[in-house]
Formats: sequence, structure tokens, C-alpha cells
Amino acid sequence: MALLNKIPKENSAAEGQKRVKEPLFHIVKRDAPVWYKAWLIRAAAIVLALLLCAVVTVLLARNVNPLDVFKAMISGNFGTVRRIWVMLQSLSILLCVSLALTPAFKMRFWNIGGEGQILIGGLATAACMKLLGAKMPPVLLIFVMLAASIAAGAIWALIPAVFKAQWNTNETLFTLMMNYVAIQIVSYFTMVWEAHKGSANIGIINSKTHYGWLPQIGNEYLLSIIVVLALTVAMYIYLRYSKHGYEISVVGESQNTARYIGINVKKVIIRTMILSGALCGIAGFLLVGSIDHTITPTSSNNRGFTAIMVSWLAKFNPLMMLLTSFLIVFLECGAKEITTKFSLDKSFSDILTGIILFFIIGCEFFINYQIKFRHSQKEVA
Amino acid sequence: MKKALKVIALVLALAMVVAFAACGGDSGNDATEADNTAATAADETKAGDDTAADLSDMKVGFIFLHDENSTYDLNFINAAKAAAAELGLSDDQIILKTGIDESQDCFTTAEDLVDQGCNIIFADSFGHEEYMIQAAEKYPEVQFCHATGVRAHTEGLANYHNAFASIYEGRYLAGIAAGMKLNEMIENGDFTAEEAKIGYVGAMTYAEVKSGYTSFFLGARSVCETATMEVTFTGSWYDPDAEQAAAEKLIANGCKLISQHADSMGAPGACEKAGVPNVSYNGSTIDQCPNTFIVSSRIDWTPYFVFAIKAAAAGEEIPADWTGTLATGSVKLTDINTAAAAEGTEEAIAQATADLEAGTVHVFDTAKFTVDGAAKDSYQADVDFDEAYQGDTEVIADGYFHESEYRSAPYFDLDIDGITLLDGND
Repeated sequence: MALLNKIPKENSAAEGQKRVKEPLFHIVKRDAPVWYKAWLIRAAAIVLALLLCAVVTVLLARNVNPLDVFKAMISGNFGTVRRIWVMLQSLSILLCVSLALTPAFKMRFWNIGGEGQILIGGLATAACMKLLGAKMPPVLLIFVMLAASIAAGAIWALIPAVFKAQWNTNETLFTLMMNYVAIQIVSYFTMVWEAHKGSANIGIINSKTHYGWLPQIGNEYLLSIIVVLALTVAMYIYLRYSKHGYEISVVGESQNTARYIGINVKKVIIRTMILSGALCGIAGFLLVGSIDHTITPTSSNNRGFTAIMVSWLAKFNPLMMLLTSFLIVFLECGAKEITTKFSLDKSFSDILTGIILFFIIGCEFFINYQIKFRHSQKEVA
Repeated sequence: MKKALKVIALVLALAMVVAFAACGGDSGNDATEADNTAATAADETKAGDDTAADLSDMKVGFIFLHDENSTYDLNFINAAKAAAAELGLSDDQIILKTGIDESQDCFTTAEDLVDQGCNIIFADSFGHEEYMIQAAEKYPEVQFCHATGVRAHTEGLANYHNAFASIYEGRYLAGIAAGMKLNEMIENGDFTAEEAKIGYVGAMTYAEVKSGYTSFFLGARSVCETATMEVTFTGSWYDPDAEQAAAEKLIANGCKLISQHADSMGAPGACEKAGVPNVSYNGSTIDQCPNTFIVSSRIDWTPYFVFAIKAAAAGEEIPADWTGTLATGSVKLTDINTAAAAEGTEEAIAQATADLEAGTVHVFDTAKFTVDGAAKDSYQADVDFDEAYQGDTEVIADGYFHESEYRSAPYFDLDIDGITLLDGND
């Protein structure tokens, strides 16, 4: 790669004379750029994105000052102490799902089924709370809930994994379809357990007795944050320093190489997907047991899909996911406040979020590649 | 090198978080300061106006399930703005939160509104109820008013209240417009009297929906005796595609007129496309459906908002259940679309309105409907909330079913003869 970059410079004089056939610009792969260059490009992307957001704001919402929009975005996340906690809490759940998907992605197993795995894990928790609530000591109940949701999430991921390992079925479609199965099952149980006849709404489970509600540490937000932070560190170590993590990387790079060096590919696929599903199950467990205390077909709130972006943007590095999940949650919380503050349609903040994400994802291209224009070489010549 | 890179990235990330947190704290303070100055400014401007003076401390929060694209929520949002205008509240005194799910999101939003100084908070969707109760328990000094809820009268919280309106009367009146239209089409020879079938797109098999379509049907049958009705449910309060598909299915089944209790433009849109007359809900759809829209009934929430905000400001008690009526201006019909409605509709509705208000006609008159072929003279309705869904209150007396009297939200859930449920789950 380094060679590719140097060639044009060295031959620039010669090239200047025979530039007739050269295109207007061409794209060249960069070396892994120095860290500060990469971050400069990212910062530039964010600045450009904010500028475009300002232009769009001026064009679409005439009475709104773009600076106020950015202020509202920050206030939506940090305006009050509670907002900071709420932001960190939703960050923790999104991060948990991202951590869950990461080992599968690293293995090049496209687990698009996070949504269903969260829901089915949440449903298992809800079922334990609903059916076993009064029947066992609270501490035991919480462990049963945890075990049930881990098992449920793992099974939901195991099914497509076995089919992939055994018959090489397409895991993208399979995991995607498992989402819809999970959504329908949850819909069914919202009717079975509905709080008001015909309302298809379970309501807060054990709202008076608090059976199966996870304990509060300090306040109602902290528990899931601590759990997920611990999971983040564990996942970082697992992927980076464990033998399993190494096997996952090799299978992801090349299944043939993996086979050649004696890795049991089927076993790795199945084991990794069980881990992936189990972590999604834990996300469901935290969501239902600690935060929502209920379940609806939309409880997972598209996190199974959003997490894909978090994981990719962080290049599958769990520690970087702290930053990328913060970015996404920051945009979400900010969008809500913009909608409220300026009485704008939610689509408006969606547009702003879209612009910012487009630039951030797009800038990764410019970190990996550079564009060389014809005239720029003429100048060199 | 790679490791160093990651460490630096992490430090940067943390620095960013801290920096943001720091400036966030500042901006929070700024906001409260700004709010304070705004409030004093408001005080000064209103000092001369005696009637509004006591409202200057009020800050009102509203929680809506969807945004303006849902006809249901639009109706609430308009009422919130109208109430604020009527009471002379400034823009800083009302906060509208749209798109709040029936989940912990509702509780968190209520807490956020309390943080911002709201002393009265309204929520518009049935599923918000538990979260509003949760918030009411935690913040006893704030008034929580929940539209369409059922639990205030049994919950025993001084600061938690339910409200609804006798919308079954509005539905009945809209039903008369539907019956008149059917009669007109029969006279025109479009179809025979026996074929006069109405289609109805319902959201859930919930009492509010049942009460709505039954009163609508009774209104239609009061002028068109041979009318029958088919009801199909979408299983969702807001699902444009499902509502459109449901209306198309009913039209294909031979329904001559469609009405709905679901919150999108799905059903009215399908009617306009098929040229089938539509009686709407929540508000006029005449702009989108100029050829098929007849009339729409709706609840006007403005009177309740005004009443509750005034009561909260004066420190007066807000009743656990508040039922708006035709008399309070809570039950309304939109303008009739003369291009689609039958002749004489306006007069017929005016007459029926007078009869209802005088008490000479009752919507759920037991002489006017049968259940499984027999008239009802006694019924235990499920008025009080409990897990058993058992009837607990006798609601038939003096020859009619007393709807919305024992609590504000509807509890009429009988399946009367003449109405066919295509896919009810009970």
C-alpha cells in the first residue's frame, strides 16, 4: 500500500507529460493513517455535518435559530441531572446489545436478530415475574429471571446458528425472520396477560408488590449502567486476549484457514451465537426487570438494528463502542428535545440525525481512501 | 502504537464526556435562569389583568402518544393550544411532549416535566395510565390528569384524575348522519333496504371501541331500521396500512358506508379512493376526502383542560372522574359536508341533539337493542379496575344503560344483535 501512494510522487515529472488518459480523479487506498489525522478527518466531518444541519434548519424551520437547535440537543442530554441519568441508562442498554452482536459480526455471522433475541429474553423475564412472582424468595426469583432470559435469548440465536453450521443457510434472512416470530409471540402474550380486557397491554408487572423488580443501586438508573460497563470490559478481554476471541477472528477472516489450523468452525459458530443471544437476553432482562417492568412488542425499540451501526462504527472494539453508542443516544435524546422545544415534527430531528450519521459514517471512507485529482498532480508537476 | 492509539482515543472520549457534562450543567442553570426571568416578565405583563394573574405560576405539561399525524393526538394537541390561548398562558407555560410511548418513557417524561416546573400534567393515551399513577404517587404536589383512564376513582390518590366525555352521544348523532345517507342511497336505488350494511374499522375489542361502534350503529338504525353492521379490528390504535386494508376488506364485503375508531387516515383514505361514504372520528377529514366525508364526531378536550388548569391554580379539588357532555361543549360534531351528506341531515341531528339534552331519548335505551335475541334489564359492568375483569356495578336502570356515569371512561361492552364481529377475539 505504501508503495501505491509514493509512486505518483516519484513519477510526477514523467506523468505530467503523459496525463492525457488520466481520469478527473481517482481513489487511492491510504495507509492506516496516523491517529491524529484520522481524528482530524472525523472532526472535520462533524463540523461539516453541523454546518449542513444549520443550513437545513434555516431552510426548513424559518423561525428557528440553528444555534438554539444545537443548544437544545445538548440540553436534551445534559439539561438536568435526571436527563444525564436517563441518557446513560439508554446508552447502557444500547451498548449491551452492541456488545452482544459484536462477536457474531467479528465472525462474519450477520446476526440481524438482536431485536428478537432481546424481546424473547425480555418475555422470559416478564413470564417469571408474572407467574413465579409470589412463589419464591425475591433473590432466587431474580436469578431464575436472569437464567431464563439468558436461555431464551441463547435459544433464539442458536436456532439460526445450527442451521448455518449444519446446512449453511443464510443467517441474515434467518435471524431477521426470527425477529418477527418473537414480535408475534410477545404480541400474543400481551393479549394473554392484558391488564384491561381488550387493551392488549400488560401494564406494569407487580406494580404493588414489586416482585422480580431488580434492586436499585443508589437510584433507579445505575444498576444497568454498572452491569453493562462490566460486560464491556469482559467482552474486550474476551475478544482480545482469550483463545475464543482469537478463534472468532480467524473464522471471520477465513473459514478455510480456520479449518486448516484445526479450529472446529461449526463449534465456534454455534458457541459464539449462543454468547450473542445470551447477551441480548441480558439486555431484555435489564430492560424488563430493571427499567420498564413490562413488555410490549416494541420494547426493544429497534435497538437490535441500531446496535449494528454502533458495533460497525466502533470497528468491533467494545471500548470504542462506549463512544459510538454515546453518539447515537446523544442524537436520540437531543432529537426528542428539539421536537419538544420548537414544536417541530419528529421528522425534522430525524433529518438532522440522518445528516450527522451520514457524515460520520461517510468520513470513514475518507480515512481509508484518498481522492487524487488530476489538476492537483499538474501542480506538482 | 495501536495500543497507544486506543488509550488516547479513550482518554479523548472521556474528556469529551466530561466536557459535555460540564457545559451541560452550565446550560441547565442558564435555562432555569432564563425561565425565571421569563416568568417574572410574564408576571409583569399580566399584573394589570386580574383574571389571569393567578395563572402566572402555572406551568402545564402535556404527554401525547403520537404527533400531529395521528388524528387522535392532533385533536388533543389542538385542544391544548386552544386551552392555553383561552387562559392566556404564554408559550413558556406549556410544554408539549409528542411521541411518548406507553412505557417507562411516559414516567420518565412526566418526571422531566416535573423537573421543568410543571404543576399540572396531562396525558392522552389509555396505556399511559399506570405510569401517570406511578408519577402521581411520587410527586404528590403535582396534579396528574389522564384522559381515557379508568383507575382514578379506585386508586384513592388526591392528585390523580381521569377524564372522558359522553362521546357515545356524539357517535349516536354521527350515526344518524350515516343512517340518513343509507336511506338516500336506498331511495336512489343504489341497493335494497336489506343490503344497507355499514362497515366499521375498530382498533381493539376494548370497551371504549365497543361503546363507540354500538352507539354509532344505534344512531344509524334510529333512522334506517334495516341497517346492519360488520366490525373488524386492526389490533392497533394507529396503523395506517392495517386500517386501510380493513376498510378495503369491508367495502369488498359489500359494506355501503364506513366508519372507524382508529387514529390514522387509513380508513377515510380507502373510502375516498373507492367512493364509499365515510363517517369519521376525531376531526374533519374533508380536505383529504372531499367527496366521501360526511361528518365526524369528536371530543373537544379544551373545556376539561381549562377547567383542570383553573382548578389547580386555585388549589381547588379536581374530581377523580370528569365526564364532558354536549352541555359542557366537550362532545362535538364537525361541520357536515353537504357534498356527501343526505339532505335534511343537519335538521335531523339538531332534533336528536335536543332530545338527548332534554333526556327524552337515551342512546342505550334497552327497548332499542337486544342481546342474543332478548332485551337486557340488568347488567353488571366492569367499572372498577381489578385483575378479574368481573362485573361489579349494576348499570341498567330506568330503561337504559347508564354509560359514563359511574366512571368517565366508557364501559359498555355488550355485543348487541345486528352487529357482526368479523375477527373479535372474545
